[in-house]
Amino acid sequence: MSDLTKLTVAQARDALRKGETTSLELSDACLTAIEGAGALNAFVHNTPELARDQAKDADARLQAREAPALCGIPMGIKDLFCTKGVPSQAASNILGGFTPEYESTVSQQLFDAGAVMLGKLNMDEFAMGSSNETSCYGNAVNPWRRAGDDTPLTPGGSSGGSASAVAADLCLAATGTDTGGSIRQPAAFVGITGIKPTYGRCSRWGIVAFASSLDQAGPMTKDVRDAAIVLQAMCGHDPKDSTSADLAVPDFEAALTGDIRGKVIGIPREYRMDGMPDEIEALWSRGREMLQDAGAQIRDISLPHTKYALPAYYVIAPAEASSNLARYDGVRYGHRASLAAGEGITEMYEKTRAEGFGLEVQRRVMIGTYVLSAGFYDAYYNRARRVRTLIKKDFEDVFATGVDAILTPATPSAAFGLGEMTDADPVQMYLNDVFTVTVNLAGLPGVAIPAGLDAQGLPLGLQLIGRPWEEGDLLNTAYALEQAVGFVAKPSKWW
Amino acid sequence: MLDLTFETPKPKVFAGAKHDWELVIGMEVHAQISSQAKLFSGASTKFGAEPNANVAFVDAAMPGMLPVINDFCVEQAVRTGLGLNAEINLKSAFDRKNYFYPDLPQGYQISQLYEPIVGEGEVLVELGGGKARLVRIERIHIEQDAGKSIHDMDPHMSFVDLNRTGVALMEIVSRPDIRGPEEAAAYVTKLRQILRYLGTCDGNMQNGNLRADVNVSICRHGQYEKYQETQDFSHLGTRCEIKNMNSMRFIQAAIDYEARRQIAIVEAGGSVDQETRLYDPDKNETRSMRSKEEAHDYRYFPCPDLMPLEIEQAWVDDIEASLPELPDAKKVRFMHDFGLTDYDASILTAEVVNAAYFEKVMGTASDGKLAANWVINELFGRLKKDECDIVDSPISPAQLAGIVALIKSDAISGKIAKDLFEIIYTEGGDPAEIVEKRGMKQVTDTGAIEAAVDAIIAANPEQVEKAKQNPKLAGWFVGQVMKATGGKANPKSVNQLVAAKLGL
Repeated sequence: MSDLTKLTVAQARDALRKGETTSLELSDACLTAIEGAGALNAFVHNTPELARDQAKDADARLQAREAPALCGIPMGIKDLFCTKGVPSQAASNILGGFTPEYESTVSQQLFDAGAVMLGKLNMDEFAMGSSNETSCYGNAVNPWRRAGDDTPLTPGGSSGGSASAVAADLCLAATGTDTGGSIRQPAAFVGITGIKPTYGRCSRWGIVAFASSLDQAGPMTKDVRDAAIVLQAMCGHDPKDSTSADLAVPDFEAALTGDIRGKVIGIPREYRMDGMPDEIEALWSRGREMLQDAGAQIRDISLPHTKYALPAYYVIAPAEASSNLARYDGVRYGHRASLAAGEGITEMYEKTRAEGFGLEVQRRVMIGTYVLSAGFYDAYYNRARRVRTLIKKDFEDVFATGVDAILTPATPSAAFGLGEMTDADPVQMYLNDVFTVTVNLAGLPGVAIPAGLDAQGLPLGLQLIGRPWEEGDLLNTAYALEQAVGFVAKPSKWW
Repeated sequence: MLDLTFETPKPKVFAGAKHDWELVIGMEVHAQISSQAKLFSGASTKFGAEPNANVAFVDAAMPGMLPVINDFCVEQAVRTGLGLNAEINLKSAFDRKNYFYPDLPQGYQISQLYEPIVGEGEVLVELGGGKARLVRIERIHIEQDAGKSIHDMDPHMSFVDLNRTGVALMEIVSRPDIRGPEEAAAYVTKLRQILRYLGTCDGNMQNGNLRADVNVSICRHGQYEKYQETQDFSHLGTRCEIKNMNSMRFIQAAIDYEARRQIAIVEAGGSVDQETRLYDPDKNETRSMRSKEEAHDYRYFPCPDLMPLEIEQAWVDDIEASLPELPDAKKVRFMHDFGLTDYDASILTAEVVNAAYFEKVMGTASDGKLAANWVINELFGRLKKDECDIVDSPISPAQLAGIVALIKSDAISGKIAKDLFEIIYTEGGDPAEIVEKRGMKQVTDTGAIEAAVDAIIAANPEQVEKAKQNPKLAGWFVGQVMKATGGKANPKSVNQLVAAKLGL
């Protein structure tokens, strides 16, 4: 078969089962593509030997007709996941040389389902960033370019490497994690599908923590069906994560009927931001019309506390991060600064962390430390928690009126140029998350799918937000929208 | 059932150069929860393992590792709360206490600041002489212990042992109801006794399994009563916290030193600084560890890795139903059922294993007082000499009851009983059989004793004359008769006969 790397997970699954190709062929094709895509800087650590071993195992199982769901499917794993015996650094120098002795629950479940790991994917350092520019490996690059312009663009963040790799057909699917939009924003920037499931759906065990009450893993895939298939393997109850939900996982792929007649889709008026580009507005309108044409009922809704979500997020997430990142102290693993004579433990902490953490991580650790400090805790952290409760209630109230899903833009713009935001106020960068953070604060499932191209030929995404634990229903709505949109554009290969 | 009533003791008064002063003391006791596994990791808690042998990935704070609560530790905390008559909170939550130290791998300790699992309770601290202080418990919360930093193994490096990291602790916080150094030690002793009865902490202070932080302040007479009326701390002096004490003796000495230090400062016109201090037993003094300004800002916030801890009343009820009889109740019962004195009952109930032993003795013995004497004086003394634990006692409760029964029935004298005790202690055997076989039985046959008395009197006419002048010399005849009968004559009968024959 030609163009093996362009297959979707579902297509590859069928081809493998029919014996039209082998996992080894498929994996080798991906490994070759990765080798030729250095300019994208999507993969930061390749595991070809592991991939071939896993592929051979998968082929044996396929031969024996004992193939589990993802048998033989080559995937990339975000560097935030701890992978046994494979460097796992969360794209940070402070974890330089760290190779875990354990496998994250999500990656283990993928392997159990037969997936093949090609390597580790680039990301913003500790998943803190929206452009992939905070990575210690240098940024990943978006395979898309503006028409007639070779300015390198961001693949978004923090799961930028995952987005770039899937969009450029370096792997069939990838894992991402999403704390404030880190799956959905990059998915939108590169024209692929990304779902953040309900908080508690995927185990966080073995994923380097950023903000524990917000972090969720999810798949980044070429289409909605693939998202359903890969999510199915990733999620489920894990007794090692106390926040993982002890709930049965329904068959997500089986939910993809495309029939959304009678479903109620809410359009939140608060998501119509000042200064939002007309193209985004138009995209949103088209999405609404397509869903209506598919038989859904469209309803204008209000989520009144939306405007407080971003500030609340940028209090809660850094607060948790400042505590979660305290363990990177140079004592037990990772980077340790060399000390001058007479220097002690305090200098070791200060130098190690100053050398090991990048500036954005340092900024967030400082913000988090500040908002938890005596005298500021109530004004910032507690107030942010109260806002969070109100945001959650906004959604509950809307769902209680019979709304099944909420349609919003995924991002306030298309992918921007790398370096364009470097000197800007960091809040400009944080605004990338404006449509996505509410979903993390409320713990809801949210999916971004490509919905069109802007005037410069760059992909734009729409987001659908679902009821808690209703990923199947949400994916089906996304599937119906995907069918209506018919997005088939691919970036032209320049790398 | 007997109901003991106690008088509230007066606070200990410290005489300053200018005034008399009283103390106000509150304590935070850190008790290691008895459990095979740590609070959140499943690693072993076994004491004395090789350094860093009992360390799970969670304890070492490896990236992405998450805590999972050990339900047994929760049960132990609930059991402790019930044993201290405390309110059990069906919903509690964990918080992170953030600070950097090499023996704290996570960079935070998981604790319960805002919503502890146990609320208000109380401990009755008996002080002897019919006096007892009721110390209120403010709260008990569950938290992780830290590891151990070792600074004296190498001139250039420090080492860290994480075996203790993540071991479950209960922090038992009292109200400032303790009024003197002796009361403070008595409070810890009582708390330790209850925990050991409950099986929730082994109370081994030497291994650091029970440690106390002591808050001490001084006040003038009457101020404490104003605080009690209003619960307003401004009536009390500024407190200092003496950290991490693991001996009853040090607790008393440290409080005593600290009281005098604070009195001297205040009487010289100064003011006490709120600070954390350490007690140095070698120099018998407390030293400043850090001032209020240097105090850590722990940035407590709810631990996002753990859901709020919700337990059910039915589960609490089950634990309550399984509680053992506690020291106060047991002591009262021993006094009531066995006719023991307060003192003997206190000694016998100090340790639950001792009480269990005594109770078994009383399964067949009828004279509680006599049995108590034998357990306390002979058995405890002998075991202590051999450094033997009562559970390994060579004399079983049934054997001891047998000895007591032989004494009670006048079959053997107290002196012979001691010989019998030693025989059974070293060789074993049935007390009655041994007495029979070895002819240790007391001679109560007055005919035989009379003959022996007559013989001694006949053989010693000079002594008889002297004794008639001085009746105190009758004891010599008693001794001679006892010697002649191999100690088996009933001493009471001998005394009576000697007196009668000598016409005294």
